[in-house]
Amino acid sequence: MSAAREEILARIRAAAGPAAAPAEVDAAYAALPRPYRRAHHDPSATDVVALFAERAADYRAVVQRVTEGELPAAVAAAVAPLASVLIPDGLPEEWLAKLPPGADLVRDEPPLSATGLDQISGVVTGCAVAIAETGTIILDHGPAQGRRALTLVPDFHLVVVRAGQVAADIADALARLDPARPHTLISGPSATSDIELIRVEGVHGPRNLHILIASLSQ
Amino acid sequence: MRIGLFVTCLTDTLFPDTGKAVVTLLERLGHQVEFPMAQSCCGQMHFNTGYRREAAPMARGFAAAFGGYEAVVTPSASCAAMVREYHPVLAGGDAALARDVAALTPRVHDLATFLTGVLGVTDVGAYFPHRVTYHPTCHSLRLLRVGDAPLRLLRGVRGLELVDLPEAETCCGFGGTFAVKNPDVSAAMCADKVAAIRQSRAEVVCAGDNSCLMHIGGALSRMRTGVRTMHLAEILASGDAA
Amino acid sequence: MPTYLGMPAFPQAAKKAVADSQLRRNLTHATTAIRTKRAKAVGELDDWEQLRQTAKAIKDHTLANLGTYLPRLEENVTKAGGRVHWARDAAEANAIVTDLVRQAGADKVVKVKSMATQETGLNEALAAAGIAAIETDLAELIVQLGHDRPSHILVPAIHRNRAEIGELFRRTMDDAPAGLTDDPPRLTAAARQHLRSEFLAATVGISGANFAIAGTGSLVVVESEGNGRMCLTLPDTLISVVGIEKVLPSWRDLEVFLALLPRSSTAERMNPYTTIWSGVTPGDGPQDFHLVLLDNGRTDTLADATGRQALRCIRCSACLNVCPVYERTGGHAYGSPYPGPIGAILSPQLRGVGSAIDASLPFASSLCGACYEVCPVAINIPEVLVEQRARSVADGQKHYSERIVFGASGYVLRSPRRLAAAQRVASFGRHLAGRSGRIRRLPPPLSAWTDTRDAPAPPPESFRAWWARTRGTGQ
Repeated sequence: MSAAREEILARIRAAAGPAAAPAEVDAAYAALPRPYRRAHHDPSATDVVALFAERAADYRAVVQRVTEGELPAAVAAAVAPLASVLIPDGLPEEWLAKLPPGADLVRDEPPLSATGLDQISGVVTGCAVAIAETGTIILDHGPAQGRRALTLVPDFHLVVVRAGQVAADIADALARLDPARPHTLISGPSATSDIELIRVEGVHGPRNLHILIASLSQ
Repeated sequence: MRIGLFVTCLTDTLFPDTGKAVVTLLERLGHQVEFPMAQSCCGQMHFNTGYRREAAPMARGFAAAFGGYEAVVTPSASCAAMVREYHPVLAGGDAALARDVAALTPRVHDLATFLTGVLGVTDVGAYFPHRVTYHPTCHSLRLLRVGDAPLRLLRGVRGLELVDLPEAETCCGFGGTFAVKNPDVSAAMCADKVAAIRQSRAEVVCAGDNSCLMHIGGALSRMRTGVRTMHLAEILASGDAA
Repeated sequence: MPTYLGMPAFPQAAKKAVADSQLRRNLTHATTAIRTKRAKAVGELDDWEQLRQTAKAIKDHTLANLGTYLPRLEENVTKAGGRVHWARDAAEANAIVTDLVRQAGADKVVKVKSMATQETGLNEALAAAGIAAIETDLAELIVQLGHDRPSHILVPAIHRNRAEIGELFRRTMDDAPAGLTDDPPRLTAAARQHLRSEFLAATVGISGANFAIAGTGSLVVVESEGNGRMCLTLPDTLISVVGIEKVLPSWRDLEVFLALLPRSSTAERMNPYTTIWSGVTPGDGPQDFHLVLLDNGRTDTLADATGRQALRCIRCSACLNVCPVYERTGGHAYGSPYPGPIGAILSPQLRGVGSAIDASLPFASSLCGACYEVCPVAINIPEVLVEQRARSVADGQKHYSERIVFGASGYVLRSPRRLAAAQRVASFGRHLAGRSGRIRRLPPPLSAWTDTRDAPAPPPESFRAWWARTRGTGQ
């Protein structure tokens, strides 16, 4: 127990009173009223997949809606211009079914260095959940997504979102996640407005974000 | 209704015509207006500059002067806000005074909300054939939340052409002692308010507070803009006979 | 904060800023654009007020129970594989971080924008220890290359236009492309290239955090450019310096704050990138993670019943963008990494009011209240300012000449009889005005008024004198 820790906690006691029992604190927290909406568009009355597509496109990501059947061809078309494509562990094989036989597919096994990742043109992943209200994709870096560097360094990121993965709003999306995992929330390609407040797209993250939304049928 | 007029120290001392206009207007609407001589100042300037000890007796004096009235009306949204929001704070340590203040403050109204909210009128029988723009003072807008009451009253004035003020909700830069403690920023804010008034092409700029009008009007006249200021009460009191 | 020593009081700093036409133009353009966008983004949510009140309640509850939530945060970060350190003040925080960097064997670190490290002067402390700290936010990079200071919480280089930035890059960036123009996309591309090699080679990253979730030991960094993701995931060692007021109780609280923050700050439904992590994840990102919890005046602020609401701040900068004072003076005049309305109440509480600038900050406001209206956590900034002013008078900080004026005027104004007498005296002043009815010049200190405005001539008869004359004094 460090002296700094003890002193800071002592200052807090002096400022805010002695700490209440944890059960009391938790009860007070649970009793906080939450009059806000859980979803700003009612999922039972809205096509949340369409809303997600519209809002993600607002950020100037390329958004395409396809059926599950059309998905492999769409993936192949999207990555066709890339010299090399990074495939994370656990990516469904059927997504790659239509890729040309000579395609340069790279695996992260053994793990690539940062400079190694920088040589790769693009990466294909799935995701954990998407948020319709804000047009956001959430990666939890589990199977089919890869460790965080894989979707950061290459300049092109193709992400497949399944219709069932689209949550209406932030509350529902967060509830589907496991807080112990690392997460990256992505809402469009990177941008800055630091120069005269003029929005410039494409700074350090992938400058090209391509989203494929796969539904069971159109 | 028997109305106690709180004319405010500023209007009392420098702009008595505003006070006279309030009397004319309320009497025209059929009410009895009284001016309790025991009144002085609401304490806003001292309180906002940090001089609470000096402001406290003013809260006491206000409660003593106006305690007996069914309604207290003032031609200053900032003074009404001071009384309603901060006289309870100033009365803090004194239980008896705190009780008197709590009983009185709900009966204290700025002119615009008294007319539209308590009396329920928007046409007060006024005639003012000029082009007017309205500056919503910060206290009326954000503290008292008078909403569009002043605009509804102005729209009810015969012959008056109401024009929009660009960036109306931006502070004019008076801020009480701010105008003297931070004169450069205050003047810069006033310059932009004057520019917006010029843009509106109004002949007259109107507000519900003589403090802001004194500041804006001082710049309008210094720059020889030919635009004049007028308190809302004076426009509403205007009529054929005026 | 070493870089802010000796800053003049606000009125003096503001006088210079207000006359800087380039600065005025940049600020008006920027703040007008952002606040218009913000109004639109906020207007989309019809429960904005409910979100705001909930955020306020969550923050107040957390601040009242920091003694429970901070140890809980420490426990969960530790369980997740991170190490937690506590820093009482800036010097201690800087020493802890410097030591950790040395232990990692690095002489260079990459930094994500962190106001907390700006506050402690970390870069200067690292430099003194022979460690280079590379700022990676485009605006912070601009500020660093220009040996300048940030002037806004969110867009720190807002006081610079593209021509100044172009000139700066051409002059100071050795790898700037030949013939680099002032075109913002080209400038941004130059910055990307310049920093990319640093990111890929970095071994130590330093960050702050927007939120720290006690219940799960998770930290959250909200950003736009991707430099955050670079610094948070590529190096092997990550050190995050976080103010103790940033803690939130649980994971689900993010549903409130992630709804409020992006719309309030960059006026978007969601910012491009948010990174959330808990401790260390084997095989993914830094394997050595340190959280440095920073006090540095926050417990002093917590002790103040009215002032503590400033600790709710989530650093969105919405208040800066609506403040008419900030819009005309910019951030440097506030002499603090925290400028604008929130800076006016936070800086004096964190730093004390000993310096000229900190003593003047509570008065750097017309109390218009626009800031309170837009604050997503409902900080009543005008209320805190007035409280701080009362404190400064009660503590005897005011010059005796001001105390005399306010004492005397208070004596007159509280008495109707004395007021009436003063009015009779004042009415002689109308002769200064001549026929125009206006007074063009008043003696000091009222000359501050007549330097830029006419003053009204006192009328021949005050209202109460008129009433007494025409209606009698018996009411």
